[in-house]
Amino acid sequence: MMGKRYKQVLFRPLIEENPITLQILGICSALAVTSNLSVTLIMCLALTAVVSFSNLFISIIRKHIPNSVRIIIQMTIIASLVIVVDELLKAYDYETSKKLTVFVGLIITNCIVMGRAETFAMKEKPLISFVDGLANGLGYSLILITVAIVRELFGYGTLMGYELLPLISNGGWYQPNNLLVLPPSSFILIGLMIWAIRTYKKDQIEVNDFNVSPHTTAPDLNKRELNV
Amino acid sequence: MFEHYLNIFVTSVFIENIALSLFLGMCTFIAISKKIDAAFGLGIAVIVVCLITVPLNNLIFNIILKDGALAWAGYPDVNLEFLKFISFIGVIAAVVQILEMFLDRFVPALYTTLGLFLPLITVNCAILGATLFMIEKDLMFGESVVYGFGAGFGWAMAIVVLAGIKEKLKYSDIPEGLRGLGITFLIVGLMSFGFMSFGGISL
Repeated sequence: MMGKRYKQVLFRPLIEENPITLQILGICSALAVTSNLSVTLIMCLALTAVVSFSNLFISIIRKHIPNSVRIIIQMTIIASLVIVVDELLKAYDYETSKKLTVFVGLIITNCIVMGRAETFAMKEKPLISFVDGLANGLGYSLILITVAIVRELFGYGTLMGYELLPLISNGGWYQPNNLLVLPPSSFILIGLMIWAIRTYKKDQIEVNDFNVSPHTTAPDLNKRELNV
Repeated sequence: MFEHYLNIFVTSVFIENIALSLFLGMCTFIAISKKIDAAFGLGIAVIVVCLITVPLNNLIFNIILKDGALAWAGYPDVNLEFLKFISFIGVIAAVVQILEMFLDRFVPALYTTLGLFLPLITVNCAILGATLFMIEKDLMFGESVVYGFGAGFGWAMAIVVLAGIKEKLKYSDIPEGLRGLGITFLIVGLMSFGFMSFGGISL
């Protein structure tokens, strides 16, 4: 019984309740750090670590947090974890930490971390909260890594710095798609991924505020345009 | 002198627009952009909070946290830079809370429009992002005031424009899977490509 619940908590955030494509959480960093796979992997690792441990710690002290100041307390825990991650990154991988610039710091305000702390860790036991944080971190990573693979492979012809598609400029055959090098392309890619997921998972489709009922104005409009 | 400040302002509004070039504050940007009124209210709130917190954080960083900044207190070797994240987010949370209470007490008319959005702003990465970019650019106090206003203004402008486009799209026939979130991403992507054309402009 318990095992089943853990399984659900672990696997649902991957596609069905993916934090980025369904809950619209944590998008900021998803866009800015995805031009290069190795940088993206570090970022995913950092976020997954922060969200799982913040969930764990907040869940441990959840019964002692007064309701009125809970946001500040959550923020303090998250910010402390981010400082640890930032210092570790500076110590062991200074190059990547330079490339990520402010985005490590922005994990503090990444809505996935706050969102999970608020909706899950405040109510559930520590261990399952940790698993929930881990799963949401992985769901986030799944989207980021996919976007990063597409962008790096087709934008530069490389993956993790290794050349897979030999470029024309280096005597190969592949003409790189420079559009994918530009940051806005990640919006388009995530938009298309949402389309793909929602085609597969029909229940995620949003309801229209207004529906044009069939056979109303459309034929008249055409006729009027023809007459003019 | 005036030109220098104008340059910082134009750069922060157009060239380094915090929403469309740096992609900050995206969660609220996408979630609260269904109606122009709401987008406008949130935009004003972001401008106000940016205008207050960025210069305040600038002072705190330069007087207390920076390497060697505590020399005035007799501790020239102390470097508290590692505390910057926690102090900035603390300042932002406190300012938002104080602003909320201040508006509630003295400007109730404004509170009814902005009050709803203020709690959202603490966790808006646009505010923390503006502060961190201000540190990265190493701005002086005067410059940070202009930068804070420009960053907030750019974000507000972008969200109002997006809300305008989405209101126009309300009646259009969008493929099922793309409705809502999907089409918003595509629109923001196209807007962002548009804003890239400002790149390289300098006064």
